[in-house]
Amino acid sequence: MAARVEACTPCHGNKGEGTSDVYFPRLAGKPAGYLYNQLLAFKNDRRKYPPMNYLLEYLTDPYLQEMADYFASQHPPLPPAAPSDVSQEVLKAGEALVTHGDAARQIPACASCHGPALTGMEPAVPGLLGLRPNYVSAQLGAWRYGTRTARTPDCMQIVAGHLTEADVTAVAAFLATRPAPDNPAPVPKGSYILPFACGSQPN
Amino acid sequence: MRPQWRVAAVLVPGLVLGFAIPSAQAQRDDVVKRGEYLARAGDCIACHTAPEGHIFAGGRAMPTPFGTLYSSNITPDRETGIGKWTADDFYATMHKGRFPDGGLIYPAMPFASYTKVTRDDSDAIFAYLKSIPPVNQKNREHDLRFPYNNRQLILGWRTLFFTEGEYKPDPGKSAEWNRGAYLVEGLGHCGMCHSPINALGGQSQSDAFKGGLIPMQNWYAPSLTSNREGGLGEWSLKDITDLLKTGVSARGVVYGPMAEVVHNSLQYLSDEDTRAMAVYLKGIAEASSRPASSALPRTESSLLISLGKTVYDAKCASCHGAQGEGKPPHWPPLANNQSIEMESAVNPIRMVLNGGYPPGTEGNPRPYGMPPFAGMLSDNEVAAVVSYIRTAWGNRGAPVSAREANELRSAPLN
Repeated sequence: MAARVEACTPCHGNKGEGTSDVYFPRLAGKPAGYLYNQLLAFKNDRRKYPPMNYLLEYLTDPYLQEMADYFASQHPPLPPAAPSDVSQEVLKAGEALVTHGDAARQIPACASCHGPALTGMEPAVPGLLGLRPNYVSAQLGAWRYGTRTARTPDCMQIVAGHLTEADVTAVAAFLATRPAPDNPAPVPKGSYILPFACGSQPN
Repeated sequence: MRPQWRVAAVLVPGLVLGFAIPSAQAQRDDVVKRGEYLARAGDCIACHTAPEGHIFAGGRAMPTPFGTLYSSNITPDRETGIGKWTADDFYATMHKGRFPDGGLIYPAMPFASYTKVTRDDSDAIFAYLKSIPPVNQKNREHDLRFPYNNRQLILGWRTLFFTEGEYKPDPGKSAEWNRGAYLVEGLGHCGMCHSPINALGGQSQSDAFKGGLIPMQNWYAPSLTSNREGGLGEWSLKDITDLLKTGVSARGVVYGPMAEVVHNSLQYLSDEDTRAMAVYLKGIAEASSRPASSALPRTESSLLISLGKTVYDAKCASCHGAQGEGKPPHWPPLANNQSIEMESAVNPIRMVLNGGYPPGTEGNPRPYGMPPFAGMLSDNEVAAVVSYIRTAWGNRGAPVSAREANELRSAPLN
């Protein structure tokens, strides 16, 4: 399978660990259902990034599933947490949103869906560790502006719609400072109940 | 089976009534099945189905140099589709390029090819389209710039470029050759890309299948008549049918817009039809000895080629081989590969920049992909490696400049 996905490696790394380009995400170890949903979304032009749309357009769904399974089963180490260039206050604001959310503004904690250790949940909730702040900011921005969408109810679009630009910066910066947990694997399906309905992962 | 039924009907008239209903139904089913097959041969789905949309409900955006066209709903919905059409209406539309009310159709719909389709085949496709679920979805207005938004202009285009008429078999050729010609020139509408397009968006008969840059997509559709380009005169029938049916072959692999054609259309054709197309395609290809020419000064060329060898050995040789021999069918040979050597360097440059997967097909469901090198190689390095593969190992192509490589970085990907 490694030879079949060689086309992915210049941007995502040999085992999906990511590369020096901060906008290309780590794929390794993310839940296979999440990766499969993204591959399908790129194939069907729902998620727009022309180099990805182009590569996947004429591949079959079962083959995309195999690719998703392959990268989900790779476990290169998470990168060491990077020192952040934002202020302590911003990091604190990020930590508050990630761990507690902001009920007054209808923002759930990231951890309430992405898991207490932020490692995601099988089959389709992605972990948030090992991603660079630029990537997380760009994705949250895309959700906010509606250029990234998922199946309805589109939970991430609803949540991101409540975030300000400052929130996005704070969350992205805080996530990138998190050290790797002892067990970086996504928790099993049903480990906790999602706080609200999500088209990509029905409760 | 059918001739035997006829015998039974003649000999035992009493049985005819008993069998009439199921056999008429079975015949209708056969027609629908044949229509589905022919609709695939015509690749109707590529334009008439939008991404994540209902099959044949239209609405797919098709960018053209004149603005954006939106394909129409061809499901049997009475209000928004073709539910009120008759088989006569459908045939006239395919054959004449006019809607049943006489309205002119933009020639993005390949009616200049579909006019060659027989009445019998048209009726079968219509029967199939009538059998699919109707979808109520209004057609979206085209978004064309002035003056192209005036449909009367199509009359001028038609006068210049449209000849109405079903395919006329060439009695001097075999039935197989004629079947191939019918598919390639008619439903296959191969000329839409493989014949050069002029500034008026038209194609002339005398230039049929001579190759050209596909507008908006910036891929080069090679000539099918010149063995210096995509002509298949020196290919074995097996290599041609492998390529058409599975997307990969011992001589080369399909990519770019041709991957779509194999994925949605050609992989579904019967072995007989694929072979017929191969026989025809092999037959129309001719040797042509256009000499390779480069606009680059000799010193620049030799610098590029020597840098190119370094890039090739580091990035390409592990799959395509130190001598460009490849590991067919998944890693195509680059030595003696027409699509590398041909005059237009657009495709080799784009493959280096964008990489790509051949289509997933029944014959090759898990294709190997080429990595995109746009982010790893500079314009100079791209030009160098393409210059190298176009001139090494006896290849007779011409070197390319860094500027050509740079210009294709912004080529559209979908």
